[in-house]
Amino acid sequence: MKHMETTLAQIGNRKDAHTGAVEAPVYFSTAYQHPSLGSSTGYDYTRTANPTREIVEEAIATLEHGTKGFACSSGMAAIQLVFSLFRQGDEIVITEDIYGGSYRLFQHFYESYNIKPVYAVPEQMEQHINENTKAIFIETPTNPLLLEIDIAQVAALAKKHGLLLIVDNTFYTPYLQQPLTEGADIVIHSATKYLGGHNDVLAGLVVAKGDELSERLTHLHNAMGAVLSPMDTMLLIRGMKTLSLRLEKQQENAQQLATFLEQLPQVEKVLYPGKGGMISFCVTDSALVAPFLAQLNVISFAESLGGVESFITYPTTQTHADIPEEERERRGISDKLLRFSVGVEHIEDLKHDIKQALGGEQA
Amino acid sequence: MTRSNETTLAHGGNHQGYTEKHTGAVNPPIYVSSTYHQQQLNQFGDYDYSRSGNPTRDQLEAAIAKLENGIAGFAFSSGMAAISSALLLLKSGDHIVITKDVYGGTFRFVTQLLTQFSIEHTFVDMTQQEEIEKAIQPNTKVIYMETPANPLLQITDIEQVVQLAKEHGCLTFLDNTFMTPLHQQPLDLGVDIVLHSATKFLSGHSDIVAGLAVTKKEDLATKLKFVQNTYGAILGAKDCYQLLQGMKTLEPRFSKSAATAEQLAAFFDSHDQIEQVYYPGLASHPGAEIHAKQSTSSGAVLSFKLKETVDAKQFVEKLSIPVFAVSLGAVESILSHPATMSHAAMPSTEREARGISDRLFRLSVGIENEEDLLQDFQQALSK
Repeated sequence: MKHMETTLAQIGNRKDAHTGAVEAPVYFSTAYQHPSLGSSTGYDYTRTANPTREIVEEAIATLEHGTKGFACSSGMAAIQLVFSLFRQGDEIVITEDIYGGSYRLFQHFYESYNIKPVYAVPEQMEQHINENTKAIFIETPTNPLLLEIDIAQVAALAKKHGLLLIVDNTFYTPYLQQPLTEGADIVIHSATKYLGGHNDVLAGLVVAKGDELSERLTHLHNAMGAVLSPMDTMLLIRGMKTLSLRLEKQQENAQQLATFLEQLPQVEKVLYPGKGGMISFCVTDSALVAPFLAQLNVISFAESLGGVESFITYPTTQTHADIPEEERERRGISDKLLRFSVGVEHIEDLKHDIKQALGGEQA
Repeated sequence: MTRSNETTLAHGGNHQGYTEKHTGAVNPPIYVSSTYHQQQLNQFGDYDYSRSGNPTRDQLEAAIAKLENGIAGFAFSSGMAAISSALLLLKSGDHIVITKDVYGGTFRFVTQLLTQFSIEHTFVDMTQQEEIEKAIQPNTKVIYMETPANPLLQITDIEQVVQLAKEHGCLTFLDNTFMTPLHQQPLDLGVDIVLHSATKFLSGHSDIVAGLAVTKKEDLATKLKFVQNTYGAILGAKDCYQLLQGMKTLEPRFSKSAATAEQLAAFFDSHDQIEQVYYPGLASHPGAEIHAKQSTSSGAVLSFKLKETVDAKQFVEKLSIPVFAVSLGAVESILSHPATMSHAAMPSTEREARGISDRLFRLSVGIENEEDLLQDFQQALSK
């Protein structure tokens, strides 16, 4: 197989033999004329299949070494698509430290359909598995504490009990981590983040391994209809072409910033797994948070992550606000914790911004 | 079977909509690609670079060519880009005769830019045959018309001007923005190049800026293609698509707007606060008969002059439905003030000489409910 940078840079190239268009054409057509009664070009109605969407679906399947890809209208729509594989009474073992939006959706599935989320840290997962358990869902690194989970180890556990392993690969992307090659069955992305990379498109992607899962998801994707629009698909394809460049630069900046943050007197703890563009850190006093966020000039105080611009998020009131306070605190999401999505800006500008916002000029 | 323009419009210029063999898509894809992979060293495919040719733009260009009964259409990044590109077929030392009631932007181009290349011009009253004839010089290459003209809706007898141009070996260009090919087909009357600001009725939603040019002559098509590719003021692929989609509803939009315009013209004509109404559908409008001969609609644009007793500022402020803005030809009614808007590029002395007073308003009638519009104007004109 080609190197990933090559695959990324050429997504959609050579897909239109008729014109030779280097970039894929965008098909807005909702309907497709049938050549004759009982025959189809393979395209009938755009929810079912769209030539532009197919390009990004094939690309993500290739990048993740899966069988088939599915493009959805948001990351949450992607998770919903995957959870639609389950039935009433099923149980899913889930890592504790997950995105608040996923937590909210899982609660809804539990309350409405009795599909039960069972939260556990990786070491204790096995004891929560019973005859109703159908899958294990993990995010790695976790959000916002950035703990890496050994995918192969969890995959072995899943295999032992005949469970599906679902991995949310949003933070590392296939550029840094390919869960399907380590034994996972399904990979999910909020493509709004690193894959899109420019904070200008909301999108979700799912990749499945194996024909049986792919067929079931194909059916559900069409039946539920939370598909990605052609225009957003085009923006996503465009963004993905530079994924490797962006993530390399973000990682390089993040590695330097992790060291820099550790040395600041106002910073109590830095959580950085050593790769990727996400850093979480705790300040020494929660009273520092508000003035720090207000003083930032280069970095934006905003929700979301993975874009070219640096964002700092306050999980307590933003991404993880839907998790009850005591539950949040028990999981280590304290009100001193900040999550930093490092962008591609110049490293010195980022360091300077943090220093001045913490009042560190004088320190 | 010949198809009516309505059917051609609804299908984006294609037989049964756009259907490529590969997918059967009923709408053309947007080719965002700027470049095209070539299969062979010595023989390039139909497309090599998107300025020179783009499959989405081709669809649009073919559609407008068919609607205007031309052989080739050209899409530009604005109405002015279409007009200026067509006028750049001229050479230094050439001369054009142009209607004095021309759109302000065209006026600016002719007087400020063409003169820079020593392309001279004479403005004439296009309704006066003798005046046109007198203005024609040995180096006159083009007679440029707009009919109905902007903003006083003066009518030019297209066939008569074409006849005169032929006698003197000149080409004729006509800006067909106000009538669209649905209601006026100048190429059939002998005009050489038809121009459009497609920003107006053709797209119809005030959401893109675009221009079109059409001809039915091979040599002019070749020259226009050269200018389009060389100057490069082409319409982008996404705008081409949006324009094609807008054109699909041209007929119902235009019909509704024109029907309401007729009612509003009659209303203004009988209103005691209005000094004058300019609308080709009024029997009293100069050239109304000529217009009826060469066009199948009175159009959706009218102008009117307020009496001095009306406070123009208050009149505008009291209106709640039409947007007060430049441009025309949209689903929303647009009220413009030519003196400060479309004709602001014209010196005030020129403007006044052309009858564009400060009390003149131009109304592009939209597709709102006609009673709502009538009532809105009624209350705005009441004391």
